Amino acid sequence: MIEKLLFYVFAAVLIFAATMVITARNPVHAALFLVLAFFNSAVLWIIAGAEFLGIVLVLVYVGAVMVLFLFVVMMLDINLARLREGFIRHLYIGLPIAAIIVVQMILVVNTGAMSPGEMPEPAMPIPEDTGNTSMLGGVLYTVYVYPFELAAVVLLVAIIASIMLTLRRRDGVKHQDVAEQVRVRKEDRLRKAQFPRTADDGRNDNEHPDR
Amino acid sequence: MIELSDFLILGAILFSLGMAGIFLNRKNAIVLLMSIELILLAVNFNFIAFSTFMGDLAGQVFVFFILTVAAAESAIGLAILVTLFRSRESINVADLDTMKG
Repeated sequence: MIEKLLFYVFAAVLIFAATMVITARNPVHAALFLVLAFFNSAVLWIIAGAEFLGIVLVLVYVGAVMVLFLFVVMMLDINLARLREGFIRHLYIGLPIAAIIVVQMILVVNTGAMSPGEMPEPAMPIPEDTGNTSMLGGVLYTVYVYPFELAAVVLLVAIIASIMLTLRRRDGVKHQDVAEQVRVRKEDRLRKAQFPRTADDGRNDNEHPDR
Repeated sequence: MIELSDFLILGAILFSLGMAGIFLNRKNAIVLLMSIELILLAVNFNFIAFSTFMGDLAGQVFVFFILTVAAAESAIGLAILVTLFRSRESINVADLDTMKG
């Protein structure tokens, strides 16, 4: 009973946060409400028994992706007034479509075709005796090791792509070229100057600023 | 006890909120990306609900991979957004009409 109550509380906060994400005037507020939505989703996943994924959602999403979002939102100087125009007009289209989708999905869910009794046998049954993290790890590194490596490649591609996209080469900026520095020889830098001996040799050089 | 339909309805509501976000914020590319995150979250909710109620671990593995791909997607999307802002001084989707015939 307490489980159901907790589910409804967190689901209500999640829906409120999601509504605020799409209606907030300031993108910074929208990003912060998305953080709230991710936290509540993580709690709901833990209630559903997926503890590892709940923690991963907080670590990866709140810790990395949302920080990236906040960085970008705060870095860009956005003209908010222009971005908001047409909001009310699209509200009259967007809300009915969203409501229709919700009603249709609720009708489909309540037909009973998706009750647990109707489901096929699990292809990969959850063992009873181990914890969620250890059994997920056991599957991930044996059965799904090839997709796991592919996921790593996807992340590598994302790293390279985002660095290359945002890398900016500007002219007129002083920078250090290490290869040039290593390649240099003594003859390129050092020049022996020959000065003729004169009568005032040995006196203070400051008297001859033109030398 | 929590039913499977509770999770599915919550996923449906989240999905349609993300859809409505795409309709509502058609000009603001950042909020569009956030709406896509909401939709992916709804998909993950369905996967986890079915995984729990069917007793099948494969759904949670799927959620793991969806999280990976979604993180990569938002990183590249934000990088494109930064590049866009440098060249256009705006992230308004309506300004991106260079390839319009």
